[in-house]
Amino acid sequence: MMRKLLAGLHSEVLLRWAVPVSIILIWQGAVSFGLLSTRILPAPWEVVEAGIRLARSGELARNMWVSFWRAMVGFAIGGGIGFAFGLANGLSKRCDDVFDSTLQMVRNIPHLALIPLVILWFGIDETAKIFLVALGVFFPIYINTQHGIRSVDPQLIEMGKTYGMTPTELFWRVMLPGALPSIFVGLRFGLGIMWLTLIVAETIAASSGIGYMAMQAREFLLLDVVVLSIVIYALLGKAADTAARILERVCLSWHPAFQKA
Amino acid sequence: MSTSALRRTAEIVEFPPEVPPPTARPHGLAIDIEGLAKSFGDNAVLKCIDLHVAAGEFLAIVGRSGCGKSTLLRLLLNLEKPTAGSFFLMDGTTRVSDPRAARVMFQEPRLLPWASVIANVEVGLGAERRATGARQRALDTLKAVELVEKRDNWPAVLSGGQKQRVSLARALVSRPRVLALDEPLGALDALTRISMQRLMERVWLDQQFTALLVTHDVAEAVMLADRVIIIEDGVVALDVRIDLPRPRQRASASVAALEGRILDRLLGGDSAR
Repeated sequence: MMRKLLAGLHSEVLLRWAVPVSIILIWQGAVSFGLLSTRILPAPWEVVEAGIRLARSGELARNMWVSFWRAMVGFAIGGGIGFAFGLANGLSKRCDDVFDSTLQMVRNIPHLALIPLVILWFGIDETAKIFLVALGVFFPIYINTQHGIRSVDPQLIEMGKTYGMTPTELFWRVMLPGALPSIFVGLRFGLGIMWLTLIVAETIAASSGIGYMAMQAREFLLLDVVVLSIVIYALLGKAADTAARILERVCLSWHPAFQKA
Repeated sequence: MSTSALRRTAEIVEFPPEVPPPTARPHGLAIDIEGLAKSFGDNAVLKCIDLHVAAGEFLAIVGRSGCGKSTLLRLLLNLEKPTAGSFFLMDGTTRVSDPRAARVMFQEPRLLPWASVIANVEVGLGAERRATGARQRALDTLKAVELVEKRDNWPAVLSGGQKQRVSLARALVSRPRVLALDEPLGALDALTRISMQRLMERVWLDQQFTALLVTHDVAEAVMLADRVIIIEDGVVALDVRIDLPRPRQRASASVAALEGRILDRLLGGDSAR
């Protein structure tokens, strides 16, 4: 049975990786046989080489760390405030009346449209990028937390009350767990917006980070480094999403969608 | 000498477990309802309910949908505020105000999906959840509803009947003195209903709480209850005592006769209108 399980897992993994691996092989082949000019796209192998070169000089690690730090700090600030507002407005009608319509108005401003203004306010240092990431992350987390709290089954809340739960108990044992699936949707949306915002902010105004690395490479026509930066962004995005999914799987193990058949 | 002889006689009388001593105070509470009324806006759902429920009695409340039978139950559980009138839970001649004395089982299981079966039962203990022996009490109650082997499962993997049994265990774990059952079997299939009815009768006989069963199934009311009332136009329209011996035979002549009488009354109201 174990072997069957392993074989099943094997074929599933194979199936998932078949398409991306063949694309890379075709890409490498096209460049090697001269079908694709290296001035348009470097060979995958050259991208790997550029990665190794930059990793040796320490430039890659430094830039990745800077980008990662900006992303996390921005996410923590924006996500934290969004979560707090989401809880407050979800739990209290009064609070919702006061803040929600204003927040919904601000939400309609594309946060990337604020870049010129943010550069004027903060220059091109860290604050500008963290501000933009925080602003971008705020809304998905806010909206999904608020929605999650509001859509907790009222029958469960009534049940909790009839069994004598205090408001604190009701929050921790009924409201928050009930809102969690929706909060996770917000988290994953937020992570996507976090990287997107950072990419734009770093390519427009930065003196370090992966986006900056890509823009520098463009100046010197180092196509391999440009592609490397794009790949790194993709990998970081994937890593963040995977982390969120693992967390979701652990926290929502009770949910029918996450139960093993 | 005569007193000690009396005491010995009392001991002998107490000995057989199936005959409870007549002086023992019943576990269930009596319920006194006086002129209870409830309106939602202009709609007077309950006009004037006067009712005395004896301690330990199994009362079934039937009526057409929308007649206010669930509202009556919700009033008694303090889930709604009455427009007029009052009710008291009575322990002998003293009023009981402890809200934990009464528990409810809803039509839906209303289990916390993120808590294991045993944790859901423990919800019924309220603040006593953290006391020593709480887990054991929950386990014993799960045993009583024959679900102890599912204690660590999530509710999502249980069948409808199993969920309702967990819900029953949650209501019973604090040993309530009044148990309100708001159409608890309404969503179950016929076979599961019958086995749940047997289970409910067994735990009621065992724990001797006062049971209030709201149902639209007259057969179920006749099978389980000591007394059946019909609520119609906001008042108690019929009050029937069911003096059949337990366990009752489903579809026996006497059950069918009573069932027919109550159904006639329910439907007769329709033809008169």
